[in-house]
Amino acid sequence: MEHRIGVFVCHCGSNIAGVVDVKRVAQELAKYPGVAYSTDYTYMCSDPGQNLVKDAIKKHRLTGVIVSACSPTLHEATFRRAGRSAGLNPYQVEMANIREHCSWVHQHDKEQATRKAIRIIKTMVEKVKLDEALAPIAVPLTKRALVVGGGVAGIQAALDIANAGYEVVLVEKSPSIGGHMAQLSETFPTLDCSQCILTPKMVEAGQHPRIRLMTYSEIEDVSGYVGNFKVKIRKKSAYVNRDVCTGCGLCTQKCPAKVESEFDEGLAKRKAIYTPFAQAVPNKPVLDAEHCTYFKTGKCGVCKKICPVDAVDYEMKDEVVEEEVGAIVVATGFDLYPMAKMGEYGGGKYKDVVTSLQFERILSASGPTTGEVQRPSDGKVPKEVVFLTCVGSRDPEGHVPYCSKVCCMYLTKHAMLYKHKVHDGQAYLFYMDVRTGGKGYEEFYQRASEEDDVLYIRGKVSKIFEEDGKVVVWGVDTLTGKKIEIEADMAVMGLAMVPSGAARELANKLKIHTDEWGFLSEAHPKLRPVESLAPGFFLAGAAQGPKDIPEAVAQASGAASKVAALFSEEVYHREPAIAWIDEDRCAGCRICVSVCPYDAAVFDEDKKVARIQEAICEGCGACIAACPSGTATQKNLTDDQIYNMVSAALEE
Amino acid sequence: MKIPYYPGCTLHERAKDFDTSARECARALGIELEELPIWTCCGAVFPLVTDSVMEILAPVRNLSYASRIGDKVVTLCSFCYHVLKRANHVMREDPEKREKANLFLRADTKAREAVESYTIEDYVGQVDVVHYIEMLRDVVGFDALGQKVKNPLKGLKVAPYYGCMLLRPKAEMKFDDPEQPTIFEDFLGSIGCDVVDFPMKTECCGGFQIVNDEELAVACSQNVVTSALKRGADVIVTTCPLCRYNLDKKQEEMAERVRGFRKIPVIYFTQLLGIALGLPEKHLDFSGNYVDPRPVLAEKVSL
Repeated sequence: MEHRIGVFVCHCGSNIAGVVDVKRVAQELAKYPGVAYSTDYTYMCSDPGQNLVKDAIKKHRLTGVIVSACSPTLHEATFRRAGRSAGLNPYQVEMANIREHCSWVHQHDKEQATRKAIRIIKTMVEKVKLDEALAPIAVPLTKRALVVGGGVAGIQAALDIANAGYEVVLVEKSPSIGGHMAQLSETFPTLDCSQCILTPKMVEAGQHPRIRLMTYSEIEDVSGYVGNFKVKIRKKSAYVNRDVCTGCGLCTQKCPAKVESEFDEGLAKRKAIYTPFAQAVPNKPVLDAEHCTYFKTGKCGVCKKICPVDAVDYEMKDEVVEEEVGAIVVATGFDLYPMAKMGEYGGGKYKDVVTSLQFERILSASGPTTGEVQRPSDGKVPKEVVFLTCVGSRDPEGHVPYCSKVCCMYLTKHAMLYKHKVHDGQAYLFYMDVRTGGKGYEEFYQRASEEDDVLYIRGKVSKIFEEDGKVVVWGVDTLTGKKIEIEADMAVMGLAMVPSGAARELANKLKIHTDEWGFLSEAHPKLRPVESLAPGFFLAGAAQGPKDIPEAVAQASGAASKVAALFSEEVYHREPAIAWIDEDRCAGCRICVSVCPYDAAVFDEDKKVARIQEAICEGCGACIAACPSGTATQKNLTDDQIYNMVSAALEE
Repeated sequence: MKIPYYPGCTLHERAKDFDTSARECARALGIELEELPIWTCCGAVFPLVTDSVMEILAPVRNLSYASRIGDKVVTLCSFCYHVLKRANHVMREDPEKREKANLFLRADTKAREAVESYTIEDYVGQVDVVHYIEMLRDVVGFDALGQKVKNPLKGLKVAPYYGCMLLRPKAEMKFDDPEQPTIFEDFLGSIGCDVVDFPMKTECCGGFQIVNDEELAVACSQNVVTSALKRGADVIVTTCPLCRYNLDKKQEEMAERVRGFRKIPVIYFTQLLGIALGLPEKHLDFSGNYVDPRPVLAEKVSL
């Protein structure tokens, strides 16, 4: 076949043309075998630039196009679209990167840069000569989403997807949805009641006709690929038939076994058969076998006897169900950094040194003290309270290096609410910097320090210990350079946010990336913040990094809109430049199966050959490099193409 | 079992009671502390200059001596342990300083003269610096130690004082969690004491500031002593001659400063161990104590 390649050399203003002699490059390429047309232009990506390419394709009947400009990550899609509109197969349009790979790094040697640009383009001409016309791979779509985690982010994502018209399976490991937001007293900077704004969403999620709510359930296994996931979900045995249970609460009332309440952060007791809180969704109890008298001793059985609808079933077993979904939103949330690791503050052994979530419960009207501020040790109203930011955060030597982002604000809220409830009390707040990036946040902080007389002290606390019924706080005021000792009644720890306990394990099951602290990694830190690199997985909330409520909700809605966009097509289109195995030549050694990081290479037991699942392959090339017989090849990046490209690059 | 032992200057002079009690206890546990054939002062403070190796030559030389008779060296004094361990860390982690220090060691003919069989080998951190209490934990074992107790110390309220030198800096000392250490408590528990947890157990005693600024050092020590007293301790145990001096001897000044100040004996942990193991009092030597521990020991446990 006769090659008629077009070469389009972009100036990129002076980005390229300031270093590379673009006219000379275009002239040199015009002489290269197979090149039918060669020109240069100021901005190829502009409309006139694209028209130049389109017109040339038609006029010169081009069989391939090289745009010599920037990185393919920027404009490959632009020019492939342009090529397609002019009748050329988009996979026969390639970018030659003479900006990042050439002009930007060789600013001081224009002659060499020009010669390098010529070589780069020649290699791409060799590639495009053997590029085949490809078509995107169409993958069938199951238009049903899984949302993992029933905190505010998960609830929001589930509602948005469901309201867009798609079915959602919402899986939550605890007995109720609501997450940490349900535990909070008020929210900054508006001081509206957290439960009041959350519970309507919880109820909506619980009653939505397109949301299948699975609480007290965990993800067991995920297989498949975008559009076609198979998810195994373990429904933990609640020992209560929740279809029959009316939620009357008699069993909880009569249960004799008392356990520390997770919802109240250990500040109050719950029963062994319990609903975690009054507004729980679903509002039906589960039985905690570990603490149940019947399970421990074989005696009791009160709940079973008293249940008017006979819903309690001690023989109930865990059940594993399988769901088919097309997209997965991971919203597994956060935990607080363990207090046990903060030895300098007592490591959790002092009752009146409480975590931020414990203080939320103390402030909350639904909390163990019905909102009256009392310290845990003796129930007295604390007159001096010290609030600590950066407990574990921003401490690269001892704990975690990152900023947990929300502590400045919630501790400010804590101090303010404390002052609203205890007028003659004194609130001290130790800070490193007060970070108030958010709408209305700075004003909120000003209000706390000016109107509510919260005393902000810039410095860290070195030690807290109990002495004579007080918690003594040793710190430093770095503005005055003085050591400070406060004999306080109570101290509140703004502990670092860390990914929730099971999140890392789950990430492994889902095969999605996390950062070194276990937070889920987004596909691009700026431009793809709600997607995982693995297709079909979307991220929402604090599982991706410390976040406040508005950010978590915004990200959840973003993830939901990505899911809706995915589901809006009849099929899912994937890039076709992936691996391919010629089954006539494959020896069936299975090396490709062992090296494939995406489980895309599979062994066909009938034919005894390996096969690439087109819907999963990411085109990473691992199997191609590993294949001992050279049978696995990459479409449009074959060995022949690479040899020709290397020859062109090395040609004298 | 023989284990190389570096006593350090203080244990040969002012803290002989620490040395004697430690050796006798080890003997009772079947361990012979083999004093290095030659040794010098450890340097006493770990130098914070970073552009010179001169200041770590003293500890490195001692480590090099130790390397010729074993793969570990046991020491007792917190300062010696601190300096030897950090110098060892430098020799393991910093190739440039390691090379320079070895240039000096190679010129060290004194060692060769002292013991003929010595071969001068480069010192590259091959010796582990072990604190006596770590030896009790790892070589003897606290459970096994408990089995050997003849004179249980039940009812004796003991406040374990760590001070700062054993614990910090965490990354180099790797002794215990500097914020919540437990090794002392585990040890005291194994020999049957009632352990008193007091918040000042890791605060500084004033250290060698006692030489320049006595007022400051006494204030530091007083803070520690008062805290232990407040928690009802009968006796404070320490592992450092300087801490012992500050906490014990300076109670004289504390008594002058504070009306009604109650004194409390401060003894070495090896002296307490000796009592538990039933060693005769002469091996334990309480003559160096300013506040005599014998009355309270006699009252609470049999001496």
